[in-house]
Amino acid sequence: MAETMQAFSSQLPVPVVPKLAVRELVMTRRTASRETVTATDQLTFEVATGEFVCLLGPSAAGKTLLLNVLAGLEMPTSGEALLDGHPIAGPGPDRAVLFQEPSLFPWLSVRGNVELALELVGAPAGEREALARRWLTNVGLERWADAQPHELSAGMRQRAALARALAADPDVLLGDEPFGALDAQARELLQREVERVWLEAEGRKTFLFVTHNVREAAVLADRVLVMSAAPGRLLEEFRIHAPRPRSLDDVLVGRVVTEIHDLLMREVDESVAREMAR
Amino acid sequence: MSRARWLGRELGPPLVGIAGAVVAWTILAATTSIPSPAAVWSAFVDGVRDGTLPEAAAKTLIRLAFSFAVAVAIGTSLGLLLALNEFARRSIRPLVVALQITPFVAWVPLAVIWFGTSERAVVFVAIVGSFPAMTLATLQAIRQVPPAYERTGRTMGARGWPLYRKVIFPAALPGVMAGLQQAWGFAWKALMAGELIVAAAHAGLGHLLDPRGGVAIPTVFAALAVILVIGVAVDYLLFGQLDRRIRRRRGLVVEA
Repeated sequence: MAETMQAFSSQLPVPVVPKLAVRELVMTRRTASRETVTATDQLTFEVATGEFVCLLGPSAAGKTLLLNVLAGLEMPTSGEALLDGHPIAGPGPDRAVLFQEPSLFPWLSVRGNVELALELVGAPAGEREALARRWLTNVGLERWADAQPHELSAGMRQRAALARALAADPDVLLGDEPFGALDAQARELLQREVERVWLEAEGRKTFLFVTHNVREAAVLADRVLVMSAAPGRLLEEFRIHAPRPRSLDDVLVGRVVTEIHDLLMREVDESVAREMAR
Repeated sequence: MSRARWLGRELGPPLVGIAGAVVAWTILAATTSIPSPAAVWSAFVDGVRDGTLPEAAAKTLIRLAFSFAVAVAIGTSLGLLLALNEFARRSIRPLVVALQITPFVAWVPLAVIWFGTSERAVVFVAIVGSFPAMTLATLQAIRQVPPAYERTGRTMGARGWPLYRKVIFPAALPGVMAGLQQAWGFAWKALMAGELIVAAAHAGLGHLLDPRGGVAIPTVFAALAVILVIGVAVDYLLFGQLDRRIRRRRGLVVEA
């Protein structure tokens, strides 16, 4: 029965359900002075399975709020956020999140952090240690497996958080400016690490990273979505076809960086002008 | 660092403090009717020899262990309930705060009326005197867990009880440790007040503090010294060490 179903369905043009979808999403938030501010306004976009998308925008464009909605940590004010076509009701290990602060648990060793992620998705107790060590080796932290998080540098902590996020084998990795607090070298190392991990997944994992770093977006993403200043709308979308692994020296990457940069500068200028006119 | 130097660095300052106190005490004893350190020391030696001090200390410590265990059990579970349930928090927390600021001596006469001059009366005072501190510390510790840990735990797929067991409780542990230390101090003090007033017939260290019962003044001081030494030793060696170990492991500031 299942086979006939499959044979049958494969003959029909099946509409592809996007991995992540946001439709007419409105998010409002209350400021400290109790005003209601619209953070994102009628935002609509999709992310296909296996895609690497970066969401770029001026600060306060509601990027973090949007990511929290996709992570299931917050609910949309109106509109919908979908995962595999279903409304997102809450957080889950199918969507790992890399926060700007690595937020490793300080009471656990580096390995203990990764093992907890495995435990929470039901990995058998006997396999957790080996799996955790493998992931830590994968991000170059094998020698630090038994260290406490506070003994690591900021870049190493974020790499440990990456290992913890990927250990649970999520379909989606959401990044909320995960490299924002790192120095230039650590940032570049981690970008390479993330790109490599994404390439190794061979189209099975979907990455959506929020950033305000144009170069980072251009190096990492298949597609860059540029958001407007608050309230955040989609301004423009850039597809980047440069071969991977990429470098900033790539002519194509350089051109996109310039284009996005100019667009963002215009947007910031205009938003300031709009503010002044009010 | 060698062990001897470590000991010197660890024990030096407190020993200087104690030596200073003894000198001040000697001077004070020479000019007032307070017994001298030497008189207290010989009362202590006598008390140990004839068994009154060890016996009293043993009785007191058993009462203390029991009361403290009960206070911690009540305090942590009530604190947890208050942390989890907003209605419980808003309705019960003010009562616990009221208990916390009630002087524990005030419970002694009531305890005598309710339980007679019995073991239960003393233990009751010690429990009532210490569980509110434990409750409030537990509540505070859980509520002050950084939201980032909770969010991270939830995105890792932890919900409900596992979220608490694996993330919130471990994150709250340093605060709970501080509560234990505080509750220990309260239990110790309340127990002494209880023993002093109630347990005339149930010898304990607190009982030895009461000269009206025929206890010689140097013996009162010797008993007081034993109380202080036990109290400080448990605070430093047990709770202090545990607290340091937890903090060091997490890379938190370890106070000297």
